Amino acid sequence: MRTAFLETLFELAKADERIVFLTGDLGFSVIEPFAQQLPKQFVNAGVAEQNMTAIAAGMALSGKIALTYSIANFPTLRCLEHIRNDVCYHEANVKIVAVGGGFAYGALGASHHATEELGVMRMMPGMTVVAPADPIEARLATRAIVAHPGPCYIRLGKAGEPNVHAGPVDFQLGRVIRVREGKDVTLISTGGMLKTAVGVACRLAKQGQEARVLSMHTLKPLDEEAVLAAARETGAIFTLEQHSVIGGLGGAVAEVLAESGLAVKFKRIGLPSAFSPRVGSQQYLEEQNGLDEAGVLRVVEGVVGR
Amino acid sequence: MPVDTSTLPSTTELARRIRRHSVLMTSRANASHIGSSLSMADLLAVLYGEFLRFDPQQPEWPERDRFILSKGHGCAALYAVLAETGYFPVERLETFYQDGSPLAGHSTHKDVAGVEVSTGSLGHGLSLGTGMALAGKRDGKAYRVGCLLSDGECDEGSTWEPALFAPHHQLDNLVAIVDYNKIQSFGTVKEVLDLDPLADKWRAFGWGVREIDGHDHAAIREAFAAVPFVAGRPSCIVAHTIKGKGVSYMENQLLWHYRAPRGADLETALREIDCEIGEEVP
Repeated sequence: MRTAFLETLFELAKADERIVFLTGDLGFSVIEPFAQQLPKQFVNAGVAEQNMTAIAAGMALSGKIALTYSIANFPTLRCLEHIRNDVCYHEANVKIVAVGGGFAYGALGASHHATEELGVMRMMPGMTVVAPADPIEARLATRAIVAHPGPCYIRLGKAGEPNVHAGPVDFQLGRVIRVREGKDVTLISTGGMLKTAVGVACRLAKQGQEARVLSMHTLKPLDEEAVLAAARETGAIFTLEQHSVIGGLGGAVAEVLAESGLAVKFKRIGLPSAFSPRVGSQQYLEEQNGLDEAGVLRVVEGVVGR
Repeated sequence: MPVDTSTLPSTTELARRIRRHSVLMTSRANASHIGSSLSMADLLAVLYGEFLRFDPQQPEWPERDRFILSKGHGCAALYAVLAETGYFPVERLETFYQDGSPLAGHSTHKDVAGVEVSTGSLGHGLSLGTGMALAGKRDGKAYRVGCLLSDGECDEGSTWEPALFAPHHQLDNLVAIVDYNKIQSFGTVKEVLDLDPLADKWRAFGWGVREIDGHDHAAIREAFAAVPFVAGRPSCIVAHTIKGKGVSYMENQLLWHYRAPRGADLETALREIDCEIGEEVP
């Protein structure tokens, strides 16, 4: 996803000199072409995310489309008040980009587990929050946020994820992508959990259950219609995210369902509000937290039966 | 087109009006921070009266100089100078702090022409200004950016991030002014978190630095005229000021970081401010 983002941004920036890319001293071996070919549109802010964020706001208020870039929690939680006051309150055209969403940097320790930031970013007034599922979505999401006026946050995975979508998709901010049709249950995923959702749907199909799979790449504004349709048309809804079950996709969907008056079985599948006691690869930590296919399947079966 | 500063009152008169409005505004609102507004009144008067290029008829004029009040709690003085230079009617100052008013107790840009950015949380303004200065440099623009900081604000780590950044990027279109009145929220700067040697700190970060008497208009004028102090570097003016300057019983008193002048205190304050120079503010 990182490569998809950077390639797309590079292409956009070459055609639009208003685009400026600020990094918090990260991007070794991948950002050099941008820095060398578009030096007037590149800023290495150093390891200073508060300053980077407010500089981006100041540049955006001077006519730029400013992107801030760092990993894990550094471009979000580290500088949260600068995002709230300097970016959001001024409706500044700043795009916050985080590489390493969820457990992408699982072995690096809790400091590098970005597992609450989607919820925190959702709460920021006027912030659009996006977590693409694969490189195909990441390319389209990059174009969409750059074209969208105002504050945006995009959570990327890392490099090397496979494409989940088989071909071109219709990507619009605030609109789910329906990846698979089904009437029995709905699996709504955000970010890279789409791959797991599709895998679980295949397993369910073998057991005779058809799962609708929705890629909720935009957490805010949430595609409420798609959630309500799932509640009306399928027997149960499950949300899948590599994020705390508080405040992220599960929380957002729960808010919609609770106010809808619709009776539907519903379960949030995500992380407890706790630190992971062990480090490990993304795959290991997914398994430990029941976010692998087998773990998700167990939860689904527990709710709807086999 | 920028405002013709020769049509504005003298800086001495402008400073008197800023002080008078600030006292009346905080009194009416029973608001804090009068001491902080009074300590920076002379700096604002000279900046707006003689140096900044701005157009009140066109607040978003792209070529305007940007002024950022990073010490947003001193906003009564900022709103006052904006009203006096024509951004909005002076009568609007009466709505300061009032229900439904855009004139908040920390400088707020929403629906207030001339306020470049909203502040109030300390340690934000210099970074915002640095971003504007950087954008100006990259675009080959001639505008300059001024940012007024409090001394207490220099406690914030986020003040020193742009302090490090701006010289590295040779932002000689950026001026930081520290209103060094030496009293912060809970005591003197020396007691709370000593900043001395403050000028040396900025110098060590790579800024061109001057220390001036922040109430001496000639000294302020001379400093602003000499910017940038060092070619290719941002400039920092450490303005030694007196908290509550212009009202004898407020000067250097922590109490007046909080208390609003009422009754006899108000009368005394206005009388002392008006003694500075001639006529009443209409």
